[in-house]
Amino acid sequence: MKLKKIVELLEAEVFCPEKYLEKDITCAFGSDLISDILMCTKEPTLLLTGLTNPQVVRLADMIELQGIVFVRGKKPTPELVEMAKESDLPMISTAFTLFKSSGILYNEGLRSCRI
Amino acid sequence: MKVCEAAVSNSLHEHWAVPDEVKDGREFILNPPEPELVLDYEIESRNYAKAGKASSDIKLTLKQLGVDPSVLRKIAIACYEAEINVVAHSKGGKMHANIYDDRVLVILEDEGPGIEDVEKAMLPGFSTADELAREMGFGAGLGLPNIKKNCDAMHISSRLGYKTRLNFFVLFDKLINGNTNEQ
Repeated sequence: MKLKKIVELLEAEVFCPEKYLEKDITCAFGSDLISDILMCTKEPTLLLTGLTNPQVVRLADMIELQGIVFVRGKKPTPELVEMAKESDLPMISTAFTLFKSSGILYNEGLRSCRI
Repeated sequence: MKVCEAAVSNSLHEHWAVPDEVKDGREFILNPPEPELVLDYEIESRNYAKAGKASSDIKLTLKQLGVDPSVLRKIAIACYEAEINVVAHSKGGKMHANIYDDRVLVILEDEGPGIEDVEKAMLPGFSTADELAREMGFGAGLGLPNIKKNCDAMHISSRLGYKTRLNFFVLFDKLINGNTNEQ
């Protein structure tokens, strides 16, 4: 599923260069606990989270995230947007909850990442 | 009875996790040979803006040395969890990555305050993380179990009121948990 489609489905605001939206997203995982994210993701994945601190981008350096969807209306700080650009990491933000966002994407055929 | 309890909680605690297949595990950790390359880092207490930088750097260095991506991922996760532990729980400390032909040995030593019960800290879900750490998304109580899961051998020793020392290594051409490529 293209990130562009995810932006549409989640009515999301984009915080990355437009070209990133052509990226293919193969699977997704949702959590607000960093250790859970580290322990549960066995392949590059899209992350849905309510965490907006710099550690989320640092995490992407460790486990190769395909992108981040901030849920519940959380938005990245300008500092975070800069960090993400350096890591070529797409970031979008939706007003929907983690549950609703996950449900929408799952229904549209986006699978869960291998855990 | 009080005196007795104090003596117990204040004694040296250690935990070894070395699968049978990794025959030189203990020996390697207790008497590490001279490494090919050493990376040294200072880890600051409660500095979450900087936390993870050392682990990123270790991962990048090993990537440049040609370590397999699936092994890199395990090294990065173990290093990051260990680094965060020092940031979130200690008064600060040092992290070293000793790089050899066949593995990376990571050594972390902090300035205290020590772990009261190491066996308890090894249990998934057990956490003593403070409010600040939890706000950052830490404190799941999976730090040490996650390190154990992603390395080929580890040793942690601590004593309340003293330093905590954690050593672990990851082999470059072997799958984790004893599943060797030869199987």
